[in-house]
This record gives sequence, C-alpha cells and structure tokens, in this order.
Amino acid sequence: MANLWQFAPLKFSTRLHAFLRNLGLKAAVLLATGNMACGTLLFDDDPLEGGRSMTADVEDPNRRDILVVAASAFSAVGAASLIWPFVHQMNPDAGAQALASAEFDLAPVQVGQAITVMWRGKPVFIRHRTAEEIEAAKKVPVEDLPDPLSRNDNEPGTPATDANRTLEGHEKWLVMVGICTHLGCIPKGQTLADSKGDFGGWFCPCHGSHYDTAGRIRKGPAPRNLDIPPYTFLSDTKIRIG
Amino acid sequence: MSNHASTYEPKSATAKWWDERLPVPRMMHDQFVDFPTPRNLNYLWTFGGILTFCLVAQLVTGIVLAMHYVPTADDAFNSVDHIRRDVNYGWLLQAMHATGSSMFFLAVYVHIFRGLYYGSYRAPREILWILGVFILLAMMATAFLGYSLPWGQMSFWAVTVITNLFSSLDSVIPGLGTGIVEWLWGGYAVSGATLNRFFSLHYLLPFVIFGLVILHIWALHVAGQNNPTGLNIKTKSDSLPMYPYAVAKDAVALFAFVIVFAWFVLFLPDYLGHADNFIEANPLVTPPHIVPEWYFLPFYAILRAIPDKLGGVIAMFASIAILAFIPWLDRSPVRSTKYRPIYKWFFWLFLFACLALGYLGSKPAEGVYVFWARIFTAYYFAHFLLVMPIVGSIETPTKLPGSITDAVLGKSPGKSGATGGGGVPAGATAAPEDR
Repeated sequence: MANLWQFAPLKFSTRLHAFLRNLGLKAAVLLATGNMACGTLLFDDDPLEGGRSMTADVEDPNRRDILVVAASAFSAVGAASLIWPFVHQMNPDAGAQALASAEFDLAPVQVGQAITVMWRGKPVFIRHRTAEEIEAAKKVPVEDLPDPLSRNDNEPGTPATDANRTLEGHEKWLVMVGICTHLGCIPKGQTLADSKGDFGGWFCPCHGSHYDTAGRIRKGPAPRNLDIPPYTFLSDTKIRIG
Repeated sequence: MSNHASTYEPKSATAKWWDERLPVPRMMHDQFVDFPTPRNLNYLWTFGGILTFCLVAQLVTGIVLAMHYVPTADDAFNSVDHIRRDVNYGWLLQAMHATGSSMFFLAVYVHIFRGLYYGSYRAPREILWILGVFILLAMMATAFLGYSLPWGQMSFWAVTVITNLFSSLDSVIPGLGTGIVEWLWGGYAVSGATLNRFFSLHYLLPFVIFGLVILHIWALHVAGQNNPTGLNIKTKSDSLPMYPYAVAKDAVALFAFVIVFAWFVLFLPDYLGHADNFIEANPLVTPPHIVPEWYFLPFYAILRAIPDKLGGVIAMFASIAILAFIPWLDRSPVRSTKYRPIYKWFFWLFLFACLALGYLGSKPAEGVYVFWARIFTAYYFAHFLLVMPIVGSIETPTKLPGSITDAVLGKSPGKSGATGGGGVPAGATAAPEDR
C-alpha cells in the first residue's frame, strides 16, 4: 500500500521517524499505553520497514502507533478541555459575583414594620418583629414543625427553634430570602394590607403555603422553612447580607 | 459519485431497523467513510474540512456570545467589554469569534484559489462552484454585519460607509438610493435601530450558510472531487476510501491550522482588528483613516479605483458576481493549470493582482495608490473576461497522464486529450466513470 505516501513526502516522514526514535518515544508510548495490539491502527503498514502486516505487537510498536495514539490522546484531551469554557461561560459572571454582598441601614424600620431589600437579584424580607410575634414563634415545639431544620446559613443544620432562625442578640430582626420554598413565588405578608396567613407570618398566594412569625412552613405544599441568607450586624442597625 | 454502490451493512438489529426507516448511518458510511477520493489529493484539498471546522466554530462561539451581548446603541460597546472582562472565559470566546472570522476568510481564499488553479469550477462542477460563490457572498454579509456589533468607531463608520453604497442608486432613480438606505438604517442615520436589526441578521445568516454548505457538499459528492491532474476517477486504483486516508490527511492539516488559529487567539487577539474600534461609536466624529478588515481590502480597492460612485459600487459587486460565470468563460480543453503552460503565468499574475489590490485597499485613496489600484482592477476583470477565454482557446496543454494512477506512480504521460477522458470536461461528462 505504498500509495499512502502520496499523502506525505517520504523525506519528511523519514526524518520524523528518526527524530521520534532518538527521543525514545517508542519506549515511552509502549510504557504509557501498555497494549499496542488493540487493533486501532489507522494504517496497516510501514513502507520504511518493508511493508509489515497490521499485527503490530507489544514488543515492536511502529511509528504509526505512536503517532496515532499520541495525536488521538492530545486531541481528545484538548477537545474535552475546550468544552469547559463553553459551559462555564453560563455561570454567574464577575459582575454578578460582585453583587454577592450588600449593606442596609435598619434604623428607620419601626417595631412591627417590615422591609424588602434586594440581594443577588432576590427579595430579602427583614421584619422588625413585635414581642408578641417573637413569643408566638418561641412557643411552637420543634417536633410540630413540618421542617425541623433552621435553614439558617449562619447556623447550618441546627433545629428550627426561633433562636436558631435569628442571630444571637438580634432576635427582633428576622431576615429571610423572600422566596417560597415550594415553587419560587414571593409570599404575602410584608405590608399591613397583606394576608399573613393562618400563623401571622407570611402566606404564599400561588399554592397556599402558610409561614409563621419565624418564617417556618406550617401548612401547605412548601417543603422547607424560608431560607435565611448569611448576614452579620455591623452595628445595632446596620446589616450586611452575603 | 453518490451513485457508487453502497457498501454499508448494518451490523446490529437496531442498525438494520434504522436502515430500513431512516438510513442516515448508510448515508454517512457511503458519503464520508467509503466515499472514493482521488488518491493524489494534495494539502490544498484539506481546506474544505478546515472551512467546515471554521463554520462550526463561529456558530458555537457566536451562539455563546449572544448570551451576553446587548444589541442596543447604549449598551453594545460596554457589553463587549463586559464579555471580555467579566464573563467566565469571555476573553477566550470573544477572541475566538473575532479571530475566527479572519481564519474563516483565510481558509476560504485558499480554497477558492485552489479551485481556480485546478479548474474545480469546470464541468460537471458548475453548480458546486456557484454555490461556493453564494457561500462567499453570505460570508461577506455575515462578517460585515458582525463587525458592526462591537459598536466602536470602526464598526459605526463601516456601517455608515457600506450602507451608503446603496445611496449611489440615487443617480439611477432620484430618491431610490436614499429610500433604501433609510430602510436599512431604520432612521435617518445609523442608529440603535440599525444595530438591533444587524444583530438579528448576523444571527440568521450563518444558518443560511450552513444550508448552502450542505448543498455544496451534496453537489461535491455527486460530481466527485477534482484533483491536481483534473482527471476523473476511472478505475478503482485511482481512488482511496475517504476514511482513513483523506480523513487522516484532513486531520493533520486541521491541526496545523488550529495551531495558527490558537496562536492568534491566545497571543494576538486584537492584532487583526483596529485600534479605533476600542473607541465607542460617535456619530459626530469620523476616524481619519477608515479601512475595512483585511479580508475585504481587495474589494475595497476596486470600489475606490472607479472614479464614479455608482460605477465603483457596480465594479465591487461585479468582482464577486463574475466568479459565477467562469465555468463558461474558461475555454481550455483541460481543467488543471498544471498542464497549461501559458495560463499558468496568468494565474500567478492574477493572484499577485489580488494581493496587490489588498495592499492598495489598505492605503489612502490618493496619488500613486489610486493609479495602481486602477491597473490591477483592470487586470482583475481582464483575467476573467479576456485571459480565460482567449488563452484557453489558443493554448496547447502539455500531455496529460493517462490516469490518476499513472500520475501518482510517475509513469510517462500516456494518451492525452480526448482519449484520456477526464482531462476534457466535455468528454468527462460524456464518458461515464468506470467504478
């Protein structure tokens, strides 16, 4: 099958052959792949070595095997690694990540009032709870709750007591991501005119989930308590979310 | 060649089931695995595969960039900046797409000149060639529309200048050109409305190119590939199966091409662009020296060589349109320039004229540059309208090899001309291939 050499000038391939020999690549590829007799040869002979048959064996891999294995391995790894930029470009970009934390002043928020702020493009409910609301939340035994976990990023894995739903020393402030854990609607309950549901907290109008004054799911299809984002108090009235 | 006997045999029950219903695997096998390719193809024949790669690369990177780009006059410029700085790997994707257009044209020009040299446009490949001319036109339109999107100074003024070409029609029917230009702009000047529609069309046209490419490949597989001798495949020994022979060769060339591509993307991402395009579009200030991207320079030189507005526009479009007619302008009895002792020199002169026009297109339109642009423009058209028919008629080709096999094995030229069959386009169509 000398016609293969219509594809490449003999001189160049001769030099390439010598070059690879000198580098000891034959041995290297043999060591790396272990088995050269796997029948994946593209080319079935080697004119320089007198047109051997295609049964290249472990003891004597020819130049074609080295080129085919090396080129295939390089292109497979290259192509695979090129996929990542095309996937990763859809992840939040540097601009979105820069919005990862935001600071708010809570001084104007009176007892019984609530505000909604934006953090990472999501609404965050901040309610200045009354003493009665805190008392009502504390009275509920954790065993009676559909979701017994606090869902608090500041205290992950803790039980859903009212204390675990807030930060120590700042229990009057309830800070939650205002997105229903059922299918992502925004529950009612932030303004005076809103229905606050059967438990005086929040009520999601989409599918009827009722949350209590600690933002815990009490009734309806939502599986989890409202999520609490990571936040810290920079002073008594200054909060940083994220 | 698409009528060569199918050698596909479904191996599994599933494959057989498919084969009886939608025989795509059979088509792929017959057209891209066992397809007979001339055994003497040189590396210039690898550019078809390279161009397919370029098209796919532009489509994939373009679709991804459109996820981040904002086609409004206020935000377009900043959104490109945003892509390059904020989007994950945006620096890479944007550079691949911008550089990719240059690589695409580099490859297509090699592909076209290969076709010109070896007579790939001759019968029975006229439709294949004309489809190629349409692909070139669609590529140019796509590249022009895409160049407007970064909304820098060069983008804005390129759009202004090129759309204003149509205003030359005012000299035919007063108001016609202005009407067309305002219709294109969606306003009384290039504006955000123009940008938005250009973005839409820039997204559309690559899929039109994709469809044309499928027809182009279809036509190629009906006629079969040309080759350096211009002879047809006549016996089995003249050809090799596409896989692994041509595929392996294409892969080697593609690797080399991708190395050049990657070099530009990674080390010189803005080398092929213009510094002025890093200044946001400003309708009040034109940059002092407007030049198109390098791949449009020869056509730009032709446009400016004609001292008449409408004439320049006509000459520029004619310089591409004329390509569609060369299957009938070339009167030579053989396809390949290899066997054409006189035409050979004209071919290289034509290539030189194109390169010279490219150089002149990058220079200001004044003095000696205009003089030479006119000379080479004249030759550009004379090559097709005079050289091709006249040299083709009077020239005696050198002796053709008896067959592709003979040419490969270095046998002395055998029967030439009519009895050789394939070298003669007219005879080629008459003599059915013996496979």
